[in-house]
Amino acid sequence: MKLTELFLVTIVTERILRDDIISLIKEQGSKGHTITDTTGEGSRGTRVSDFEGKNVKIETVVSRDVGNKIIDAISEAYFENYAVIVYANPVKVVRGDKYI
Amino acid sequence: METLLTNFTSPIVLAFVLGIVAKLIKSDLEFPRPIYQGLSIYLLLAIGLKGGVELSTTPFAEFVWPATSTLFLGILTPLTAYAVLRYMGKIDIDNSAGIAAHYGSVSAVTFIAAISYAETLGDTPEGFMPTLVALLEVPGIIVALMIPQLSKSESGSIKKAFHEVITGSSIVLLLGGLVVGYIAGPLKFEPVKPFFVNGFQGALVLFLLELGMITARRLQDLRKVGFFLLGFGIIVPIIHGFLAVVIGLWSGLSVAGASVFAAMVSSGSYIAAPAAVRIALPKASPTLYLTASLGITFPFNIAFGIPLYYIIATWLGG
Repeated sequence: MKLTELFLVTIVTERILRDDIISLIKEQGSKGHTITDTTGEGSRGTRVSDFEGKNVKIETVVSRDVGNKIIDAISEAYFENYAVIVYANPVKVVRGDKYI
Repeated sequence: METLLTNFTSPIVLAFVLGIVAKLIKSDLEFPRPIYQGLSIYLLLAIGLKGGVELSTTPFAEFVWPATSTLFLGILTPLTAYAVLRYMGKIDIDNSAGIAAHYGSVSAVTFIAAISYAETLGDTPEGFMPTLVALLEVPGIIVALMIPQLSKSESGSIKKAFHEVITGSSIVLLLGGLVVGYIAGPLKFEPVKPFFVNGFQGALVLFLLELGMITARRLQDLRKVGFFLLGFGIIVPIIHGFLAVVIGLWSGLSVAGASVFAAMVSSGSYIAAPAAVRIALPKASPTLYLTASLGITFPFNIAFGIPLYYIIATWLGG
């Protein structure tokens, strides 16, 4: 099976931003994503998500180019005022053309 | 004094205290999230349904003035709260507006607790009260969120916040329940009545147990918010409550109705408002607004406020 090298971009954030971030990554060219409810602790204190539910982890497999655009767009829009973590890992996927 | 004691020994208040104690002694008691959500759907829908059924037999004229008063207070209370925070408390614009949005809006649980308190005393508030809750929820938040918009251009999206308030689960369930109950009327409501009416108080006890635990988590933040906010969270609700009793009685509400009205107006939202404020005023600190509305005003109202408004209403209108 042929493997293609792509990037797995992971965003962990407040539940309240879920829908906004999903439309953002779609706009930047992501073809799909996986969402998981998560809990954890970070540098920011109180979270409104106490009521909104758990934090969410959004994962999407994209090309390097789209990955960079997603990271830039999220840092621009949310880093200052919200609890957001973004990181990227290189991954090898089968059926690479599905994601780009 | 006796009214206060009745309240302290009610299972609703005691369950709330139990929830707080459970967290303070670090018990492993945890309320499963789906049950919490299920209970809140049940309670809000039940209140909406009951209100709708009673609204279907209420003459329109009886309802006009209380509704108008609700809108008036919905606009006034965030402004007074903002003025106190900004000019007496010297709190910055974003945080003042964020907290004011909570106090302009209404806590559905405080409302439900006030209704059940009046009913325990053998009194019946007007059936259309849930409609007033829905009317009160929205303007307060919007007015408070407009303040920073007027004084500077940089802010979050007010449109999105508006959507969040209007489509929030509490409004959808309350208004939806009202409409369903109104259309169904007393006769068709009869078959579902046992489920929504008989189980209600019990569900409320369970819900308050969970809210006690949530409140306990907020109590740890009390030290961070300072004495001004502590005083604010108690004194401003009393002032708003007093005002609401006067206006409520004037608009034609009964003593029980006016006391429930006061509990509504004095309470601070902690479901719709936090979400809206987080979106529209991202710079406002959730620690401040959640601690004020949930850590200070909510327990105050549940324990002292509700009976106090009842006493004031009896005194002025009885």
